[in-house]
Amino acid sequence: MTYLVALPVVMPLLGAAVTLLLLGRPHAQRWVSLTVLTATVAVSATLLVQSSLHGPLVVEVGGWVAPLGIVLVADQLAALMLVVSAAVTLCVLVYSIGQGMADGHEETPLSVYHPTYLVLTAGVCNAFLSGDLFNLYVGFEILLVASYVLLTLGSTENRIRAGTTYVVVSLLSSVIFLIAIGLVYASTGTLNLAQLVERLDTLPDDLRLVLQGMLLLAFGIKAAVFPLSAWLPDSYPTAPAPVTAVFAGLLTKVGVYAIIRTETLLFPGGRTATLLLVTAVLTMVVGILGAVAQSDIKRLLSFTLISHIGYMLFGVGLTSSLGLSAAIFYVVHHITIQTTLFLAAGLVERRGGSTALDRLGGLARLSPLLAVLFFVPALNLAGIPPFSGFLGKLGLIQAAVDDGGVLAWILVAGGLVTSLLTLYAIARVWNLAFWRTPHADMPADDDAAQAARTEGAVQPDRGGGGRTGAVLPGLMIAPTLALVVLGLALTAVAGPLFDLSTDAADDLLRRTPYVDAVFPGGAP
Amino acid sequence: MTPNLTYVIVVGVLVAAGVTLLLERSLTRVLMGVILLGNGANLLLLTGGRAGGAPIVGTTDPEQMSDPLPQAMILTAIVITLGMTAFLLALAYRSWHLNGHDEVQDDVEDRRIMDLAIRDEGPGTADTEGGTGDGDDDGPVGGARPGADVVEAGRPG
Repeated sequence: MTYLVALPVVMPLLGAAVTLLLLGRPHAQRWVSLTVLTATVAVSATLLVQSSLHGPLVVEVGGWVAPLGIVLVADQLAALMLVVSAAVTLCVLVYSIGQGMADGHEETPLSVYHPTYLVLTAGVCNAFLSGDLFNLYVGFEILLVASYVLLTLGSTENRIRAGTTYVVVSLLSSVIFLIAIGLVYASTGTLNLAQLVERLDTLPDDLRLVLQGMLLLAFGIKAAVFPLSAWLPDSYPTAPAPVTAVFAGLLTKVGVYAIIRTETLLFPGGRTATLLLVTAVLTMVVGILGAVAQSDIKRLLSFTLISHIGYMLFGVGLTSSLGLSAAIFYVVHHITIQTTLFLAAGLVERRGGSTALDRLGGLARLSPLLAVLFFVPALNLAGIPPFSGFLGKLGLIQAAVDDGGVLAWILVAGGLVTSLLTLYAIARVWNLAFWRTPHADMPADDDAAQAARTEGAVQPDRGGGGRTGAVLPGLMIAPTLALVVLGLALTAVAGPLFDLSTDAADDLLRRTPYVDAVFPGGAP
Repeated sequence: MTPNLTYVIVVGVLVAAGVTLLLERSLTRVLMGVILLGNGANLLLLTGGRAGGAPIVGTTDPEQMSDPLPQAMILTAIVITLGMTAFLLALAYRSWHLNGHDEVQDDVEDRRIMDLAIRDEGPGTADTEGGTGDGDDDGPVGGARPGADVVEAGRPG
């Protein structure tokens, strides 16, 4: 059974190699990518079931025994993250295939998209599964390098400008992470997470604080925590819609995952709890104020993304079981919802020709289906009951009230204000883009929109230009709809899901299940 | 294990020079900065392991061997830095191709939002036609101002 643990990393990498060989054959590429990602979803689901029944699953890569070799560990947290991210990547892949087919990208050199996308998936899975600090670094690098390529696809002027900032900031965070790894190794002589658990405990407090601070800094940049978040709204919105969607859903959450893992497993005791709580409230409030000021849907969503990272830090900073479990629940919710919203924004861009709020209007009348696809996840993000966003925030606030400290109450206030302002920002998008009378230069119906697209587009449309379905292809609607439904399903299964996240949080706080799984005979 | 002072000083110099270059606007200099920073980090990794003979069984007594793990990690990091250098060079070249220079540019949309804030208009309210933009006037402006100040301060020249 344990060999399954390696598959979410190995399969996408092999798939990437195969799609690279099939460079000139987009049809074959699509099928390979679809098969690989479907299999990844299946394997991740199996891992989740197995790890919640039998405890963490461990595989020693290459057969080298634990402290010498690298281990991949699928505990409940990692498996849960794997399932959600695999499902989301699959939906986004279908969406991008739909978009590619509608735009006639068959002959364009963008066929490098599939290998890169699969490498990105492999990197994300590797980061989740890694039981070794350096392997975590490698996972980060794999996903970052793939993301550099995806962000600058087509290398237009705007993407090069945005890509430059993104690449340099990411490189800086990688260097900080590498320096932190060097310091950890120099002071403990190991990088295996389970072995670090014991060795770090014997270090002097000040030294531990330095190591913890370095790691937090590196992961904070990746997770876009407030003072380190300026790069995100600058770079994400310029990428193609599916790329932005998958970045928004997954990349920052990998950073959050790394923060959760190191804060609970390596540095328990909450010495940085105050720091985390303060940055959490700043991230929430400053992020959402930024969102309120925006006049472009994609940028607005990028700012809400930053803002809601604050909720996750909020849960981690409380260091209680309930807080941690609510944070994990929130991560799952937010991956799904944020991706859905960016996919919907991509559809808005196709239908209205832009995502700038002053150029849109009347979309609810022009395209009711699109309106539903945006409205439901938008309310979910704002935390309207009974959606999962409400349940996640409720859990966090409950945990804060249990905590009872002054800072916790400030966070409750900050969380509520942020939630309200999110509703305001989302309502503004709704008012301007979906209500109002349609803007004069907006295409009046789907046929006109298609005509406008064909005129403006560089590539000639692949026939059938007059058909209504051509503007919003079924293959783009279906995955968005699937994610909307998944977001709703999170409400339906909220009970079991919260039980699962509580189990995961308890295991994280006890630390022994993880260590025992890696070293069944006791740590060396 | 006692750290070697020479190493530590060299790491400090490399990192300091790297950070200085990283703060430049020209992407080529930024690239140099990244390379120096990367080398500094690699050297720091090396400092973390025991020094000694080649870690190959049969050539050195195990007691005298150097620690091979930092070296393996440095190799990985060097390969990653190599790939990144190539990618950044391509970015700089493409930027030069498009704009005639390789300077990192400001975010245009950010500027636009700032201008809106200066003119005291909320985003998206400039040409409201349907009259549904109620209450749009106070929130966005209040939200936009702090961000605008930051952008202004960060403006070159």
